[in-house]
Formats: sequence, C-alpha cells, structure tokens
Amino acid sequence: MPSKSTRQLTESIARGETSARATIESAVSAAEQLNDSLNAFLEIDRNGALSRAEAIDTSANRESLRLAGLPIAIKDNICVKGLQTSCGSRILGPYHPPYNATAVDRLLAAGAVVIGKTNCDEFAMGSSNENSAFGPVRNPWDVACVPGGSSGGSAAVVAAGIVPVALGSDTGGSVRQPASLCGVIGLKPTYGRISRYGLVAFGSSLDQIGIFARSAADAAAVLEVMAGRDPHDATTADVPVPAYVSETEKDLAANFRLGVSRALLGDGLNDEVGHAIADAIEAYRELGAEIVDIDLPHAKYAIAVYYIIATAEASSNLARYDGVRYGFRAEEAPGLRDMYKRTREEGFGPEVKRRIMLGTYVLSAGYYDAYYLKAQKVRALLRQDFAKAFAQCDAILTPTSPTPAFKFGEKVDDPLAMYLNDIYTVTANLAGIPGISVPCGLSSEGLPIGMQLLGPYWSESAILRAAHAYETLRPFTAQPQIHVDRNR
Amino acid sequence: MPITEADIEKIAQLAHLEISDEERKMFAPQISEIVTYVEQLNEIDTSSVEPALGGLTPEGEATPADRNDEVQPSLGQKIALDQAPDPAAGHFRVPKVLG
Repeated sequence: MPSKSTRQLTESIARGETSARATIESAVSAAEQLNDSLNAFLEIDRNGALSRAEAIDTSANRESLRLAGLPIAIKDNICVKGLQTSCGSRILGPYHPPYNATAVDRLLAAGAVVIGKTNCDEFAMGSSNENSAFGPVRNPWDVACVPGGSSGGSAAVVAAGIVPVALGSDTGGSVRQPASLCGVIGLKPTYGRISRYGLVAFGSSLDQIGIFARSAADAAAVLEVMAGRDPHDATTADVPVPAYVSETEKDLAANFRLGVSRALLGDGLNDEVGHAIADAIEAYRELGAEIVDIDLPHAKYAIAVYYIIATAEASSNLARYDGVRYGFRAEEAPGLRDMYKRTREEGFGPEVKRRIMLGTYVLSAGYYDAYYLKAQKVRALLRQDFAKAFAQCDAILTPTSPTPAFKFGEKVDDPLAMYLNDIYTVTANLAGIPGISVPCGLSSEGLPIGMQLLGPYWSESAILRAAHAYETLRPFTAQPQIHVDRNR
Repeated sequence: MPITEADIEKIAQLAHLEISDEERKMFAPQISEIVTYVEQLNEIDTSSVEPALGGLTPEGEATPADRNDEVQPSLGQKIALDQAPDPAAGHFRVPKVLG
C-alpha cells in the first residue's frame, strides 16, 4: 500500500483536511514502537513535535506552508534547538545546541515537524553504524544486517515508513550508501547547495547535508526548501534554486545520455549487484536514453585520496573536542594537557581515534607533501576525469555499494575492508558533484540493491528526473520486515 | 611504510590522545595497512598537476564570501557557558596549565 506522497499529505494539512497533530502523533507512535527493534532514534521528541503540530493546525498562515505538518527525522550531527546533538559520541555528553542548523530552520519555517534525532556512526565515521557509541541501528530488512552508515538511523526510519523524509550528512557516501542498503532514495547535493551551518564538521571540503526519501519527488520537495545561499556558511554558492519538484516530474529528455564505466563494474562487485545494474541500464534504454561508455581513469584511486583528505580534515575539525567549553570532561586530570588527552581518550571511540591519528600522521612534518598534497593533486585529476566524462553524457550510472547489506561484525576488525564499501560514493564528494542512490532490486536474500546516478555541478534537477523516470518505469514496492502498518 | 608502535605513540601525542597499550597494538598494523594502501598514489605522475585545495565548485569560488563588518547579536555569556563542564565566574575553568 503506497503511502500518500509528501505533497498530497502536506497540501491536505495546509488546507485543513488532515490534522497535523494526528499525522505527527502517528509518526511519533510508530517511532516509539519500532525503536526497540531498530535502535534508529537517539531521541524522540513526542511533546515538542505534538505541540508544534498543534501550532500548525491553528496557524493563520497554514495554507502558505510548503511542508505543512511533514514529519521529519534529523541525523544526530545536525543541530536542532532544544534537542540533543551527540554525533553518536560520548565526548559531546548530552550536548544541546543553542541554535538550529540553517537547513533545519528552513524546514521548520516551511511547516515541517522534527520528531527526533537519529543514530549514526560516531562523528559520521563509518559504513555500518557499528561505530555509534549508543549501539548500531539495525537494518529493517533484516535485523542481523547493518543499515549502512554513517546516516544509518535516518535511512532506517524512512525505510520502515516512520517518516517520509529524513536528513543525513554525506562526506564519503554516508547518505547514499545507507539509502542503498535500506532500499530508499538518498540524495547528496552539489557542494555548496545546502548550508552546513549547524552540521557538525567532519571533512569540511567534502561534507554536505543530504536527504532520504521514498521517492525522488519527495526528496525534491525538501531540497527546494533547504537549498540556497546562507551567509552563515561561506561555502554555499549563489546559484539559483530551481523548482525541483516540477523539474523532477518532467519527462526524461529525449536525447538523455547515460554514461557507464565498464571498468567500475569489474573486480569486487557482487554478482547480484552487477545484474541489477545491468537491468537498470536496460531500463534506461527502454526510457529512450543513449548509453555512452565513459572512462574515469583515476576513480580507482578515490578511496586512497579520500582517506587522506577526510582524515586530515577530521583531525583538524575534531581538535575542538577538548573538554573545556561543552560536553564530556575526564575527571581528576592533574594538568590541562592531561585533561585534554584523557577527555579525548575516554570520549572518542576506536574508529574516530584511528582516523584522527591517520589524519595527524598525513599532515605531520615531513609527510605533508607525500600524502596530503599528493592526494589533493590526484583529487584535481579526478575532477578533470568527471569534467571530461560530463562532456559526453548527462549523468553517470554506477552501483551505490559493491554489496547489499552485510552482517554485523563481518568487517568490524578490518578497517580497510570497511573503507572499500565507499568505492563508488567517495568520488562525488572529492569532485563536489551531486549523486543520488535509487533502489533498483532485491538480492536473493531479499536485501535491497541501490544504483547511483552522478551528475555535473548543480544538476540536481537532472539526476532527480532520471531517478523519477526509473522509479516510474520500475516501481520499488517491496517492504522491509520491520515497517509501519498504517492500515492496522 | 610500516608504522611502529613507537610511531603510534608519537602520533597520539601530537593528536592529544592518551592511548592504551592495547590500542597501540591494535592501531599499529591497521594504520600501517591503510598507509600502505594509500601509497598506491605514488604510481601517478602529478609533477605538473595543481592541487585541488578545498571543495568549491567554480560557482562557489565566484560567490563573494565577504560581508559588512557590522555588530550582530551573539549567544551571550550565559548561553555560551551553560554547557561547560566547569564554568566559574563567567569563564571556562581548566586544570592548571603550568606544572
């Protein structure tokens, strides 16, 4: 039974035909009921969400709200005033930010209602959610499997039908990869499209806020509200914000060219994922697209480049967690330096320490040129690869993840194997281009498979439209084991 | 390049981390493996390549990031200190700095 699309729901609430309170009550109750199985929420704000919904029901400007009464969930590394921001870490303690992220402010101004904060890998570092200090999120399709990471909680709550839309952050695939493993849409916009003010920094030249949804049009509706220049984030670009929803619902252009790199579909790719991607290519042929062979010669180096740049930036960004101004402080340190070290030792989990140390190493005296500068040069080559590819095609199709969801514990002792999960997603962050993961099938074990569409800078409309065309031709109707039954 | 436990200790000092013996033993081979993996970048000739410092698009580069130097409301002392582990008399109190 398909749920009402976001637009039908919010328009009905705006007109006063559907109660925002009843909508939010239903979402909050679903969150509370399913959280024992999923561990997807770190905080559920029943009272705050209901009072906000009541305010919308009685608001004089209700009819002008574009997202009236839309229940949303926010990853716990994005600030929502009044709620916690833990980043899945102990070092922040029960931190409560005194302000909203700009992206959240814009959603609230449009009438959306935050129902809670979602679990994630600590400081968004991970591909399986096993790095959360508060236990991993479980995949609603199979609770023995990881939901992906790092925004696993946001992916799981959309997949389970608790909310139609959720926010995550994507530094190397942290929206697209869990979207793929949980069978939902996951959009990472162009670098500079959505303000990061109020997003806890991880890799500042890579981080973007991204969107989980069950349809391309729903993702477009939320993007349209959040996108655009923000004086609080100097990296946001002054680029006009299109009417993403109507752009998304247009027909695929008659001369649409879809790029495919055969080299990216070789080694290490799971057979079932490979077949699903081959089927998706056929679907685009049916839609009238021209399939173009493209080459991204430096893509095979992307993981190496990424784990130098992302860890270098993280080691710098995470220097601020020192036990002085907020969050956790280790007890009884005799001096300031000991206090810093013990606070960070006790407050950070192993993966965060591993990455801080790797980043410190690649930036340290004598190694900067060999690692960091080298990586930035290869990043430039990768950007040139994409520029050349996009001269030949309008979007590039790849798998999102080399495998469907894997079991808990399978890769936890092998960090490099875990990093290789991000092979298809990190390129978009390194290049700054937008990418979207779209469900495109199920494995023989009944786990979702996702495909990724990458486009040139500011091509969100085009990749959303390509995703919409695909989901119209091949609707993804399967339901996870754990999901909300609204017909009960 | 292999990373020894002594290297790990030195890096931890630089990063303000007081790691345990167990962590040192775990991190040395893991970080060695990752560093060896990233060294595959040496296969690529980058002698004539300008590094891509930062993540901005051309449009992002072209967006002026300056603003007028005007006083804006700020959080204020109370909110800024509200969540400090050890606030005292309008300041952040820390353990002694010099031994």
